[in-house]
Amino acid sequence: MAYKISAADCTGCGACEADCPSKAIRMKGDVYAINPDKCTECVGKFDSPQCVAACPANCISHA
Amino acid sequence: MTRHIIPLDIVAKKTSAPAGAGCAAKSCGTDTAGSDLPPEVWAKVKDHPCYSEQAHHYFARMHVAVAPACNIQCNYCNRKYDCANESRPGVTSERLTPEQAVHKVAAVAARMPQLSVVGIAGPGDALADWRHTFETFDLLSRQFPDIKLCLSTNGLALPDHVDRIRELKVDHVTITINMVDPAVGEDIYAWVFYDHRRHTGREAARILHERQIEGLRRLVEAGILVKVNSVLIPGINDAHLAAVNETVRGHGAFLHNIMPLISDPAHGTRFGLDGRRGPTPAELKQLQDHLGGGARLMKHCRQCRADAVGLLGQDLSQDFTMDRVAGMTVEDRPEERRLYREFVERERLDREQAARVAERGLSAAVTVPPLLVAACSRGGGRVNQHFGHAREFQLYEVDGAGIRFVGHRRADHYCQGGHGEEDKLEAVVKALDGVSVLLAAKIGSCPSDRLKAAGITVITDHAYDYIETAVAAVYRSHRAAAAADGQAMAQAS
Ligand code: SF4
Ligand code: SF4
Repeated sequence: MAYKISAADCTGCGACEADCPSKAIRMKGDVYAINPDKCTECVGKFDSPQCVAACPANCISHA
Repeated sequence: MTRHIIPLDIVAKKTSAPAGAGCAAKSCGTDTAGSDLPPEVWAKVKDHPCYSEQAHHYFARMHVAVAPACNIQCNYCNRKYDCANESRPGVTSERLTPEQAVHKVAAVAARMPQLSVVGIAGPGDALADWRHTFETFDLLSRQFPDIKLCLSTNGLALPDHVDRIRELKVDHVTITINMVDPAVGEDIYAWVFYDHRRHTGREAARILHERQIEGLRRLVEAGILVKVNSVLIPGINDAHLAAVNETVRGHGAFLHNIMPLISDPAHGTRFGLDGRRGPTPAELKQLQDHLGGGARLMKHCRQCRADAVGLLGQDLSQDFTMDRVAGMTVEDRPEERRLYREFVERERLDREQAARVAERGLSAAVTVPPLLVAACSRGGGRVNQHFGHAREFQLYEVDGAGIRFVGHRRADHYCQGGHGEEDKLEAVVKALDGVSVLLAAKIGSCPSDRLKAAGITVITDHAYDYIETAVAAVYRSHRAAAAADGQAMAQAS
């Protein structure tokens, strides 16, 4: 399982990328995307998925 | 041949002009030619248009939008749109990598010897996005050691970065502090992302408040000048800003700048959707007057955007978009900047002297109520702009005690809905509410008549004079007229 960014709402700010402990987030064109193979859902690292908590656009949800 | 985007003739005087008055007037804005500041502080602020009311007449700043990420959600911000309150262009605006930012600064510096400061204010938060911010500063300080660096932040991440800020010789930091009480703050902030968690409600405001004050304290300890911006939000923190002023002053903030909330439902912000209005110019002025005693209040702030370029009140960012900048030559001319600074030094002394002369003529037994005078100026502290080109007006209050710069009124804030010349004129009339006299270098007869009808006397006789000289002259003739009226009345009775 992994989290997913809604490209239509992503503002491309990069806040999620900086906070992801798994380096799962990369810029793709003008917006960001999560690599599902790398996303660990932050399990074992943090209580809540960091990208979701950090995203000002609230555009990240469970895939 | 380089084209100078800000023509140096802004300061060219008419040879016949009498010696002018300066903003050195003791009560004018944030500085007084340094006379009440320690020399090391004056050295830091004198060429910074945002920190020194005097400098803003002469020097240009630019912001580079390298920091899109943010770590808090304010109720007056919607990231999709340009945020008028916190210098934040929306996400659709151009965003720069640190390398692009350096190229842009080089392009502007090569064309604008007035450039003295480069700042990072977003479009997110300069310190939430510290990687981009510091990389940019690092590159800039190597390439342009004579240009000052500054940054703006909401303060949440600030305590973690004070050392780096000092190492990079950033000597000015702006913190936006809208409250010093979490009970007030919970109505201003939806959430903060801190220590790997999203916090909401009063807890969010408490964390933000503590981090802001810690950051402020540590910056002051490190000898870095701090300006505090507060957004005046009627019904939420209007009664609270006096407490904010006292607190930030107590912790050593150098300047406090109260900015009006700019709220528009179309921006989709929480406050906009709730129909919360911004303060009127009169409400803003009332608060500034109330806080005036002792606090170094900043009244010349233009709430410029994170990608602004030019003198305050001027935005040439469209002349320096990445597309355009890419094709520009960037031969640096530090010598031109040095010469320009020397020229300003001389010009300032002249103004200062003139100010003393002008103010001496003011005090007299006959006093009349203060007069509010608006001036059209392109810079240099002179009445040198055509009314039709003015996007904002500099406001001065004058009475027997002296001349005080009291702020700006912008016409473009009011005319967003309108189209055509007539609407614009109506917007200007509205923006000039309370003003008795308008000083311009020139004005068309139509607008002049309209202003007259609104009770505003238009005067163009002082074109190219220093503003204070003109204001003092206006006041003298106003007082003479009032005295004559008084005599006539006395004789009639
Ligand atoms: S859930 Fe955690 S690991 Fe997955 S992308 Fe978000 S921050 Fe990275
Ligand atoms: S934090 Fe949200 S808006 Fe910003 S880049 Fe990531 S997904 Fe996009």
